Amino acid sequence: MVEVGIKWESKNIPHWCPGCGNFGALRILKESLIDLKIRPQDTVFVTGIGQAGKFSHFINGNILNGLHGRYLSNAIAIKAVNPQLHVIAISGDGCTYSEGGNHFLHTIRYNPDIVNIVHDNAVYGLTKGQASPTSEIGFITSVQRVGVYNEPFNPIAVAIAQNASFVSRAFVGHPEETKEIIKKALSHKGYAFIDLFSPCVSFNRVNTYQWFRENTYYLDETHDQYDQKMALGKALERKKLPLGIFYLNPKPTYEQNTRIYSQDTRPLFQRELDKEALMKLINKFR
Amino acid sequence: MQQDSKNDISIVLCGAAGQGIATVEELLTKILKKSGLYVFSTSEFMSRVRGGTNSTTIRISSQPVRAYCDRIDILIPFTKEAISHVKSRITQNTRIIGDESLIGEQSFKDCTFLELDFTKIAEMVGNRIYSNVVAVGVLATLFKTDKKLIAEILTEQFHQKGNEIVQRNIEAANKGADVIEEVLMKKPLNLNLNISRDPKISSDLILSGRDAIALGAIAGGCNYVCFYPMAPSTGIASFIAQYGDGFGIIVDQSEDEISVINKAYGAWYAGGRGFATTSGGGFALMTETISLIGVTESPMVINLGQRPGPATGMPTRTEQGDLQLALYAGHGDFPRILLAPGSIEEAFILTQKAFNLADQYQVPVIILSDHYIVNSAYNLPQLTLSDLKIVKHFVKTTEGYQRYQFTETGISPRGIPGYGKGMIRVDSHTHTENGYITEDALIRNKSVEKMMKKLELIKKDAFLPKFVGCNDYKVLIIGWGSNYHIIEEVLVDLHKKEYSVAFLHFLQVYPLPENTLSYLTKAETTIIVENNATGQLANLIKLQTGHEMTHKILKYSGYPFSVEELLKKILLIIRGD
Repeated sequence: MVEVGIKWESKNIPHWCPGCGNFGALRILKESLIDLKIRPQDTVFVTGIGQAGKFSHFINGNILNGLHGRYLSNAIAIKAVNPQLHVIAISGDGCTYSEGGNHFLHTIRYNPDIVNIVHDNAVYGLTKGQASPTSEIGFITSVQRVGVYNEPFNPIAVAIAQNASFVSRAFVGHPEETKEIIKKALSHKGYAFIDLFSPCVSFNRVNTYQWFRENTYYLDETHDQYDQKMALGKALERKKLPLGIFYLNPKPTYEQNTRIYSQDTRPLFQRELDKEALMKLINKFR
Repeated sequence: MQQDSKNDISIVLCGAAGQGIATVEELLTKILKKSGLYVFSTSEFMSRVRGGTNSTTIRISSQPVRAYCDRIDILIPFTKEAISHVKSRITQNTRIIGDESLIGEQSFKDCTFLELDFTKIAEMVGNRIYSNVVAVGVLATLFKTDKKLIAEILTEQFHQKGNEIVQRNIEAANKGADVIEEVLMKKPLNLNLNISRDPKISSDLILSGRDAIALGAIAGGCNYVCFYPMAPSTGIASFIAQYGDGFGIIVDQSEDEISVINKAYGAWYAGGRGFATTSGGGFALMTETISLIGVTESPMVINLGQRPGPATGMPTRTEQGDLQLALYAGHGDFPRILLAPGSIEEAFILTQKAFNLADQYQVPVIILSDHYIVNSAYNLPQLTLSDLKIVKHFVKTTEGYQRYQFTETGISPRGIPGYGKGMIRVDSHTHTENGYITEDALIRNKSVEKMMKKLELIKKDAFLPKFVGCNDYKVLIIGWGSNYHIIEEVLVDLHKKEYSVAFLHFLQVYPLPENTLSYLTKAETTIIVENNATGQLANLIKLQTGHEMTHKILKYSGYPFSVEELLKKILLIIRGD
């Protein structure tokens, strides 16, 4: 049921390669937002640099397209300064796990109430085909000529080990399941992380749609989402990659922890300086 | 010196880190100010938590005293290394008060030496931990401070630790007071410490540069302070963390400086007032984001606490070596504002105004402070709050809002998400009025010209330099930032010697105020004073005005100019001409 008036279309036509996983991801995201009756004017898309980072051009709403690797820092502050906004941070595996690796690690620690969708295609699409931190060993590119030999980064395991509050993995080739995960992430209170497999048809001929269909499976009710050890075990499975929600760990958000909103729920731009309190503070130094 | 020593006393405390010298400094300045004396203190210390040798210089006077001097009238050594640490400053007029064992092999036969074992006295009170307060009692009593006043300040300082501790401290101070009086009866100091008091001063504030910058940020409406600990800027964030309760300020110690600046940036985007505080090395990490701030026309306020570089440099020393860094940081062309407070008042006012300026012109405003100003303190009657305004420049948007609308001034009304019907689109890529990315040459040209137009407005609104002296000057001394009071004091002495000298102090170094050249061309001799190796402001002035300084007095040892040293150097130039 589409609420009258909610329009997520932007006037720009996406220019990704035909077949790019991002098309599906964009459509699924829009549908999720509509289902949850979220409005563009209340939403900020914070994106990084990469093909996934271009999301901000192709969706209505407020957008901040920042620097490569740094979007999560932007997102934490935006949410902290105005928690009434829906903050959706979107970028790719290079931006998030390489350039932005340190910020990925620490954003998990802060637990801001944002959704983070990382388009993981195990390659650098924007810069035309170098390996990414999640590329498998042996993956051959124009730079990694004998094949990748560095250990692939495992963001799911890292997020679980670091007690992230919502850890999941999805695949754009399964639109219904992905939509459910995104909707759950959007409704989750805390940092909701989705490692989204979104194939790059131009530069990754190994991890294709077919490859993902054959090499993934869904976690089912036998998996206890609140059990960190069990979740970590699943995260370490590399033969067939589990999809779905690995780990749930409800806990206070960064905005709650700062206690800035415990007495006053207004976003910071609505507040005024207490001049009397300032005078009192200065007088402490007499 | 400009003041007779009977009106201006300099006390130096010297010892190891961890011995509590900072406590003596704090208590003594509070007590003496409360009793109606002008006070100034500045400390130099090693990059260590324990050990080493640090010193604090405290000046006391019947007139405002606000600059570092070499002269030591009274020296209190706390360790054996103390005396040799300040050797170059000791003269036959220095009186040393301390334990004889600290003198050791050194011969300072010409100096007056008063034997006084602070630690032993403290042990009589119950614990050597009180030796600092003993020293406070001794020093305060030298200036004939009333014991009741000393007790009042100690009670204020220690009341949270319980009455027992308060009483012990008062006892320690009193013991120190009694002992020094006994000692002086046998061996006078031959130093006139009868400095006239002014009761009005007793209610003055004592603030350091650190306090002033932090208070300025609060007064400027900052509500998201972001930092990574780095000397000499950490104290500003911890001040706000300590005193910011009730102001609704988020203090975020982030994982690295790149995150720091990106968070402060996100804060401004969403309508907050972000403030990043760092030092040269940390700022260097922020440079790509400075570029982002510039091209997306975001407001930003950064405190750059300078210290000697390059790289790790000397973490706890002072320098003015990052002007060029702050000026050129961030690839591409875009406007910015660089401020350089020279006094405690300026540190407060400029920081406060920085937030409004950043919001109004949508540019990064960088405050160039340094170790010296951050770690110096003096008394002042008040911080002017009456005309203090927080002007919020963001707007409520309507449908069809364009964040980068081309306007007459180059400044587009700035909307924020969730306030009005417009969509706020901000992109690091070259963008259209609507915030969509573009590679169109015509739009690109217009966007670049838009930003440059802003610079013209900013120039007209620049803080004018502060001119001290009379208008028919032959020699003009130029300074910026924390050298202000040092040059100011030197000027008084030069005037006493009847030289035709004036002083031009730059509290804004970029854009330079439009009247800059007119001051410079009037002088026969222009002497710039800077704490860096290459004369960074001199170079900027030459670049922007064509004027070449006749002389440069540059210091880059990591230590501030002293009034004596600077006077000597200036006289050499003036007499030599």
